[in-house]
Amino acid sequence: MNLESIPLQAFLIVSSILFCIGIWGLLNSRNAVRVLMSIELMLNAVNINLMSFSSYIDNNLIQGQVFTIFVITVAAAEAAVGLAILLSLYRNRVTVDMESFNLLKW
Amino acid sequence: MSLAVTTQIICFSVLSLVIIVGALGVVLLESIVYSAFLLGGVFMSVAGLYLLLNASFVAAAQVLVYVGAVNVLIIFAIMLVNKKEDMKPIENLKSRRIISTSICLTLISLLIRVDLSNVWGLSDPNKSIGEESTIRIGEHLFSDYLLPFEVASVLLLMAMIGAIVLARRDVMNKDISTGLPVDQELLEKSNEPLLVKKLK
Repeated sequence: MNLESIPLQAFLIVSSILFCIGIWGLLNSRNAVRVLMSIELMLNAVNINLMSFSSYIDNNLIQGQVFTIFVITVAAAEAAVGLAILLSLYRNRVTVDMESFNLLKW
Repeated sequence: MSLAVTTQIICFSVLSLVIIVGALGVVLLESIVYSAFLLGGVFMSVAGLYLLLNASFVAAAQVLVYVGAVNVLIIFAIMLVNKKEDMKPIENLKSRRIISTSICLTLISLLIRVDLSNVWGLSDPNKSIGEESTIRIGEHLFSDYLLPFEVASVLLLMAMIGAIVLARRDVMNKDISTGLPVDQELLEKSNEPLLVKKLK
């Protein structure tokens, strides 16, 4: 498919905006589940970046798509472990407020 | 698959709009359940962007893994920890918001500046393999990316075991390493129902 109609920069800008929204959510959410969702948003932004580079710059070897597959794998593992940690935290503290998880704060 | 230029542009703008508005909704909405469903919409639109980029296999993987697994997992977690609680107000919330928002805006302007000012070495679009990308991904996974592919399976196994160990409710009678009986308080705690409201 001829991709010249959409410039590469458009994809990159979308992924930059998505990444920054993810960072904002990571810094400002108080619900721990929302923090995990923000991490997923950031991982998706990175994936869009890799995919657009692989189609525009490396369109013969498409190593970016292979990288994206690996990122998706790691993201799935991360989500499973993160939510399990969240469940055991909730069991111990009976809250999901990020401000109350301050055991490691000096 | 070859779409006309206008169709591509329309698809791209609609998908990007859904992605950005959906992501803002995920972050800003009050109700966490709405956020979770909007997150599913964002994942689907990202899969649409992959289809625009001629990557049907990765788009299918995105739908299967993200929408089918991660999003459902998040919704289940919300169901398990969904308790209406009044969060304690934190002092200097306003200055925190201002600092984090300005950091994000600075980062976004830097990233967009790099995106626009850099000269990207685009490759020849005629050499694009287009629809054969699935075949090429299979070749990569079984030749030069074979070791990461196998390591990923070990990672998934570790994540599965770790999630089970972390999230299960029953506590063992004996400590595995020493064989001594463990703290009884933990055992009693494991029998406490999780979802009922605690009485003060």
